[in-house]
Amino acid sequence: MEKAQNRGVPTEGSPAQSRHDGMILNRISQGLFVLLGLVVLYVLGRAGWKSPSIFIQQVLNGLQLGFIYALIALGYTMIYGIVRLINFAHGDVFMIGAFTSFYTIATLNLHRWPLWFWPNASGLGVTLLGTASVIILTMITTGALAVVVERFAYRPLRSKPRIAALITAVGVSFFLEYFGALPFAYTNNYITYPRPFEIEVYNAGKISPMLIGGMWVLFAVAALLFGVLYWRGRKGDLKARVWMRHPVLQWVLMLGGFMSAVLTLAGLHVETGGKVWDLSTSNVTLIIMGASITLQVLLQYVVNRTKLGKAMRAAAYDKPAARLMGINVDGVIALTFALGGGLAGAAGVLYATAYKQVHHLMGIIPGLKAFVAAVVGGIGSIPGAVVGSLIMGQTEVLAAGFISTPMRDAIVFSMLIIVLLVRPQGIFGEPATEKV
Amino acid sequence: MRTRIFVSLTLVLATLALAACGGSPSPTAAPAATDAPAATTAPTAVAATPVKIAILAPLSGDVATFGESTKNGAEMAIAEWNDKGGVNGRPIETVVEDSQCSAEAAVSAANKVINQEGVKFIIGEVCSSASIPISGIAAPKGVVQISPTSTNVNVTVDENGVTKATIFRACFIDPFQGKVAAKFALDNLKAKTAAVLLDQGNDYVRGLAEVFIAEFEAGGGQIVVKETYTGEDTDFSAILTKVKDANPDILYLPDYYSTVNLIAGQAKEKGITAVLMGGDGWDSDKLDRAVVEGGYFTNHFSSDDTRPIVQDFVKKYEEKYGAKPDALAALAYDAATILLQAMKDSNADDPAQVAKAMEAGKFSVVSGDISYDSQHNPVKAAVVLKVEGGKFAYTATVAP
Repeated sequence: MEKAQNRGVPTEGSPAQSRHDGMILNRISQGLFVLLGLVVLYVLGRAGWKSPSIFIQQVLNGLQLGFIYALIALGYTMIYGIVRLINFAHGDVFMIGAFTSFYTIATLNLHRWPLWFWPNASGLGVTLLGTASVIILTMITTGALAVVVERFAYRPLRSKPRIAALITAVGVSFFLEYFGALPFAYTNNYITYPRPFEIEVYNAGKISPMLIGGMWVLFAVAALLFGVLYWRGRKGDLKARVWMRHPVLQWVLMLGGFMSAVLTLAGLHVETGGKVWDLSTSNVTLIIMGASITLQVLLQYVVNRTKLGKAMRAAAYDKPAARLMGINVDGVIALTFALGGGLAGAAGVLYATAYKQVHHLMGIIPGLKAFVAAVVGGIGSIPGAVVGSLIMGQTEVLAAGFISTPMRDAIVFSMLIIVLLVRPQGIFGEPATEKV
Repeated sequence: MRTRIFVSLTLVLATLALAACGGSPSPTAAPAATDAPAATTAPTAVAATPVKIAILAPLSGDVATFGESTKNGAEMAIAEWNDKGGVNGRPIETVVEDSQCSAEAAVSAANKVINQEGVKFIIGEVCSSASIPISGIAAPKGVVQISPTSTNVNVTVDENGVTKATIFRACFIDPFQGKVAAKFALDNLKAKTAAVLLDQGNDYVRGLAEVFIAEFEAGGGQIVVKETYTGEDTDFSAILTKVKDANPDILYLPDYYSTVNLIAGQAKEKGITAVLMGGDGWDSDKLDRAVVEGGYFTNHFSSDDTRPIVQDFVKKYEEKYGAKPDALAALAYDAATILLQAMKDSNADDPAQVAKAMEAGKFSVVSGDISYDSQHNPVKAAVVLKVEGGKFAYTATVAP
């Protein structure tokens, strides 16, 4: 009877009946997830109450991890936003970036290049210039690699079913991974990475209050300005609305906010129970944070405000029509890949600097997690990639720190399921609509 | 990742199988023909046909330096015997295969040398996770396998506790290393508390860690943190924050150097001051000496040992390869020596007789005086080394 109802021509009342059954199951599953969420909150809350210093340190650890994922997730989300392709080779372009920088540092010694011309140059300037050139050279290399991959692997398939390009992306990913394993390429070894600059740990004594204060002032000024503009915009001032979204304002707001929060937390000097809180952050964390915030704002500026961005959005919306309007669609897509590859390269350098090891399979797990982060945030959305990555980083570290280490990844990926159940398009995503 | 590797391996194997079936039937047919008569052939009947010995070692992968040392050590011993006229009047031929420290690659390498090359004696593998599957292929076929460095119990003993008749090793086993580390921490370092980080998916790491925990607690110490991670992890900040908060005397990291480099580096950056300790997985020139400075690890052999047999070996090795031998090279050298000595003692090339000779024999080799217990584990002493000024300094010898 039931089978007949489900499969055959609908009889009166059957759709309502089956919908009702489904509702009960949905309620049960929703209830279970809510319960699970409450248990997790209780465990975290108790841990935070018992030893706030460890809790804060774990949050700081999670921020570093989250911003690393953000750097990779930005590339995923941008390419998806423009070409609607999940570029599984992104994680491996990231790996190539790490290796490129490894060779520029280990064999070319490029991170010390100012010393070739000015042997007496000061340490900080040399480090800054050298590191910047390593990152830029790596970004150019990986950007070029991404364009080559696009030209030979994805472009011939652009008019074909999307699944073909997806499978090709998996193929390219494998190719890069195992090409890297060849003895004349990167070999199959774990290689210790020579950092372009030395890591410095900042804790309570080491951060100058002036710096923290400065960051807070920066943040306060930006927030105030934003508030005024927002208020004027609400009242109908169109100019204020435009200024409100100015990239420099957004950049200062985000950078100031995160920097001041992290530095303040790391610089806390509190004593509880005769034990001084031992909180710390490092220059690598701060650089990773600064780089991903800067790149996020920059990307948003490019996509939303420049001619190139307009062309990108047009190509994403309707390729034939964009072509009719005189947009070089192939060129725009190639440029998108160049940008995405460059982002992956920068992420590779910073990741290798943070963890000090490179390996030809190093791109798989971070790539997968960044992809999940991009989906959680809403794939195709640039702020979504950052928010999703921060959530991923926190979940991973807090789960490992307070719930269960072996279950960490299970918890991280259940979160993906929960977010997708509640919001299938991701936190910042737009609901999928069919173009007519 | 594991699934992806598995899928790719399956594809590769399927292709190979197809190629083997379609291409040439002869290599699959040949071993079947040689298999049967080999057991009955009298050793005197074959005059100068070479004895084949296979060396299975990870020549690529995350422990490639282990494989290189193992190959060098074993080949050096075999070359010495060949210079003296081989074993029982027959020259020795080596067959080298890359078994990558992984179960999948080890199985295909073992099948290849046994079925296609007709090898009856195997030296290898380095990693327990590869030696156990190899022994599963070698033991039923009556092939003698001697692993130079696989320390897991289950290499020579099956799940029911029965000793595998033809499987031996040249090194001591995991429980002994964990025990030595715990004793050294309690007695020599006067440690009271310890933290242990382990890779739940790695037999070797888990074996050392579990015994260390048991022995350390039995000796009056306290394990304040025990955390697990997976082999693919690179960020250990969450678990290291816990370690830092517990502030233990000892941080026990019984993993291979590639992971130890990562964990120890991050531990140092987190400001953890505990003394690091580890097992023979640290013994590599790729160990990041700067981050494990002041740490101790248990090992099979030290090139600073003053016994003449050791110094003689170190000198010859340096002449041949231009570098000081590590424990892996020494144990591979020992494994080859023990195997060849047993072949000489039994004056046979029948694996069963050679295995009997190994069980009964006493071997004076580089890593100490070895005799075998009923589970085919050598009875000998361990050394503790300290990482000091970027070098491994001999600290103590701990006898069983």
